Amino acid sequence: MASTRAISIPVERISVRQYPRATIAVVGNPNSGKSTLFNRLTGLRQSTANYPGVTVEKHVGIAKLDDAVLELVDLPGTFSLSAHSLEERIAVDVVLGRMRGVEKPAGILAVVAANNLYQGLFLVQQLIELGLPVVVALTMSDAAEAAGLKIDVDKLRRFLGGAIVCPVVATTGQGMGSLRRALAVLPEARVPDAPAFWPELRATADKLAAESNGRMRRIEIERALIDGSNGPPVVDASADTLTARIREARARLFGGRPPVAEEAQRRYDWVREVLAEVQSGSPVLRTWGARVAAFLNRPVPGTIGLFVVMAVVFQAVFAWATPLMDAIDAATAATGAWVSSTLPESALTSLIADGVIAGVGSVIVFLPQIMILFLFIILLEDSGYLARAAYLMDRVMRSVGLSGQSIIPMISSFACAVPGVMATRVIPNRRDRIATILAAPFMTCSARLPVYALLIAAFVPATAVGWFNLQGLVLLGLYLLGIIAGVLTALLLRQTALRGPKPAFALMLPEFRKPNLRTVAIQLLGRVKVFLRRAGTVIFTVAVIVWALAYYPRSESVEGTAEARLAQAEASLSDDALDRARVRIANDAAAAQLEQSWLGRAGKVVAPVFRPLGWDWKISAAVIAGFPAREVVIAVLGTVYAVGDEASDSTLTQRLESATWPDGSPVFTLPMVFGLLIFYAWCLQCAATLAVIRRETNSWRWPVFAWTYMTTMGYVGAMVVYQVGSP
Amino acid sequence: MKTTFHSTLETLRRGQRGVIKTVDSADPAVQRLMVLGLVAGAEIEFTGAAIGGDPLEFRLFGNGISLRREQARHFEVVAAGDG
Repeated sequence: MASTRAISIPVERISVRQYPRATIAVVGNPNSGKSTLFNRLTGLRQSTANYPGVTVEKHVGIAKLDDAVLELVDLPGTFSLSAHSLEERIAVDVVLGRMRGVEKPAGILAVVAANNLYQGLFLVQQLIELGLPVVVALTMSDAAEAAGLKIDVDKLRRFLGGAIVCPVVATTGQGMGSLRRALAVLPEARVPDAPAFWPELRATADKLAAESNGRMRRIEIERALIDGSNGPPVVDASADTLTARIREARARLFGGRPPVAEEAQRRYDWVREVLAEVQSGSPVLRTWGARVAAFLNRPVPGTIGLFVVMAVVFQAVFAWATPLMDAIDAATAATGAWVSSTLPESALTSLIADGVIAGVGSVIVFLPQIMILFLFIILLEDSGYLARAAYLMDRVMRSVGLSGQSIIPMISSFACAVPGVMATRVIPNRRDRIATILAAPFMTCSARLPVYALLIAAFVPATAVGWFNLQGLVLLGLYLLGIIAGVLTALLLRQTALRGPKPAFALMLPEFRKPNLRTVAIQLLGRVKVFLRRAGTVIFTVAVIVWALAYYPRSESVEGTAEARLAQAEASLSDDALDRARVRIANDAAAAQLEQSWLGRAGKVVAPVFRPLGWDWKISAAVIAGFPAREVVIAVLGTVYAVGDEASDSTLTQRLESATWPDGSPVFTLPMVFGLLIFYAWCLQCAATLAVIRRETNSWRWPVFAWTYMTTMGYVGAMVVYQVGSP
Repeated sequence: MKTTFHSTLETLRRGQRGVIKTVDSADPAVQRLMVLGLVAGAEIEFTGAAIGGDPLEFRLFGNGISLRREQARHFEVVAAGDG
């Protein structure tokens, strides 16, 4: 027998990947400081995905505690388990273990803001009734103390049936030690006794539980009594007599009153009793946040404040981002040019330079604006201003059939419709939400601006109109055209396809508070990742496809002609003249290649369709190329008018001005240009927006409708202007 | 059934406090507000209205909550003395 020698490795040196032992659901009211606490517990060990079949994001993080690793699921903020919005429904499904892809939680971390025990305890009693171990984190306890509130934690714990209560300050980390210790043992902790918030209900449930001979527990009967058929299926079919008894008892308990209302009344009655015992001192509005909120309560300062905030956001998104965007543009062009000149001329080189590099460039060029926009949205959200903006604008937005919550998606869409559509998630009513999603792409996004700038600079005279410049007025007019079309669309939809009862409007208006930088940074990172995944991939793919359509098939006769011209030029010219001739020949060849490429051919095929708008095949080809991503149009115009890469240069302007029909009349007349601008203002030329609409509405119906509707509007608008304006 | 109350959340003056006495809970939008804590027995203070006089903002147990006039009139209130 061979002797075995023991090899000893110190245990602490064996690195073992620790798998989470159990899943804990993190549940709390919106604005309870839940995200800050979640970030504090998990740090950067978190991931964002979507729940299956819906658009709500699923935040999962790993909490490494002293001797346990737990998976935390950060659920959307909710006030109640009687779910109202999509996000609340998700929260309810997860805690009840009904959500596909999420393990049934082994415990609940209930997050309650110490200065809002009233709504917090309402939710906590519902959570305790689920029969899982619960730990309550009392967040922002410093702010509550500062406001003059004292909470008797031991007493509160007794009222909550023995659930552990940990006062914490997530921003500073105070109290986090005891919360971590409580969490580590939570899966094995005792399930707290559900408070008897409605003695009559408790007595009835006890009686029925005794009658059921152990088939149902008291807590299950209580849920069945409250939820009726809407609740979890706890009553099994064989228990017919029991089901009937429960139905009877239900009718007796609720009478003719709506169960939701009755439940809310009873629960809050209990909460008020508890508050009278555990909370002393009434919140005094001494904090700066409360004072600012009180000031912005008044209609006039509130409105002025709102416009100042919007102006700052606009200024930041456009002015601050521009230098960065220009730099990215320049870097992309330089890299592409470098690749073209370094690698031998081939399809692969063109793919890398004009397809891949240009594609990546067209994605990251949006990042400065998107990041600034997201940063402001997160700051406004975390500071509590977003809710106030929705409140202030509700009356105005309602007059166009939307609600105050539509204002932020609309404003965001002036930078890009993709984050705008994503921001509609806060709108609880589905009809409101879809109307907003369909109005959002009409807002003038930053991808429309280069097209506007080029055409206005080329064809609108810079004459003064009063104090204004005509060019500026035309640009302003285009912004207004977008807004008007969006508003009319929303109005029209709310009266036809999306007609329905006026949605409930109930909004919590939190006090202003200083956003936590760590939370802001983590959220910003998460949203940028989502943007890159949703929009970035689409924009990049589109860039490569458009490249292929404009590159293939290659014509040998065009190449032959170019080579012959080049040989001739080399024989007769030298130095600068030769260099100029080389560029000229290359640009002409590129234009000729484009003319006979799939894109050029497509332009010629559809040109008759666009003839009533006054467009020739070149513009038609550029517009077709712009359908998946509108900003592509300038690059295509540059190639088709043989000015090479200098598309934004004045050479393109000159070429456009001198473009003629075969009969010698100019193509770019003022009516045609105005028509083209209107087409750009109204047409939905953005595959990324369509993809996001598809995702957010979870159906193909709305993106298809949006595309058809907006394209028709653009086409008809352009045609009317051209036909009416042309002699 | 339609109930018309004489003194409601809508008739409170700015800065005035009151206690909700009864709620006409037939409207689902009103039920939603009850879930947020606007139930009989809750003390509430009217703090102001937005642009155009609607929606209204109230203070409920130290926290701001806003609702539209349309729903506010379903909450009967016993107003406290001038606040």
